[in-house]
Amino acid sequence: MILLEYFLNFVIIVLLFLGIFFFFTATLGLLRFPDFYCKLQATGKGDTLGAILILLGVVVYILKEDFSFATFLVTLKILFIIFFIFHANPTATHAITKAGLDSGIIPLTKEDLKK
Amino acid sequence: MIRLYDDLIIQVVCRIMIPLIQFFALYVIAHGHYSPGGGFQGGCILAASFILMVIAYDLDWMKKRFSEIKNTFMVALGIFIYALIGLICILLGAEYLNYGILHKILPADPIKVRALGTLGIEIGVGITVMAVMVSIFLNLTTYGRHEKGEV
Repeated sequence: MILLEYFLNFVIIVLLFLGIFFFFTATLGLLRFPDFYCKLQATGKGDTLGAILILLGVVVYILKEDFSFATFLVTLKILFIIFFIFHANPTATHAITKAGLDSGIIPLTKEDLKK
Repeated sequence: MIRLYDDLIIQVVCRIMIPLIQFFALYVIAHGHYSPGGGFQGGCILAASFILMVIAYDLDWMKKRFSEIKNTFMVALGIFIYALIGLICILLGAEYLNYGILHKILPADPIKVRALGTLGIEIGVGITVMAVMVSIFLNLTTYGRHEKGEV
């Protein structure tokens, strides 16, 4: 039983650190990438995966503490949040990208980087 | 409003999202007295779903589902619910909005009736906030004309 608890703690820590890692890379991309579309790609992908991983870590933590109907309801709400983020975040990124393309921002190409 | 052309991805995802957002808004309103939230916050979330309809689709698409007549009616309806519950408390012999006295006409003990009265107030506040937010959004985006403009 104590082995299972160690294993679950390990899973929680790994999930949280992976989430923090993806948030970090997303922020790094936002600050360092050269172009509007590159920046959007970094934040759109990294933020979604980071938030989902951190919330999954929270789910495992809650279920490890107390496995009952009340915690199951809390878990269900967090899973709904994951579902929402999974759909809303890429769509918002798509909308911003499309708005940028419509208003005439030209994507960066290899020739621009060579200059 | 500036809109170049419609986008299928945004429209389909908004069609999935809007019922979920409205459901969450009702949850926030109904759980206002023992969790974060309440009438104002729930009303704002409810209004956000209608604003999302206008952004993703069209002004006419939203007006077909939630017309301006209903919108203006709902501004008054929420205030009416709020004032009515307060006035019933006065008529039963307590102060304005002292819900505990409502146990004379509702079949429950005073503590439960107090929670029910708070719920009624928050439903009224939520309806008014939703309608006023949508109306402010329509007036700001269409310069007060309430109709679809040119691109």
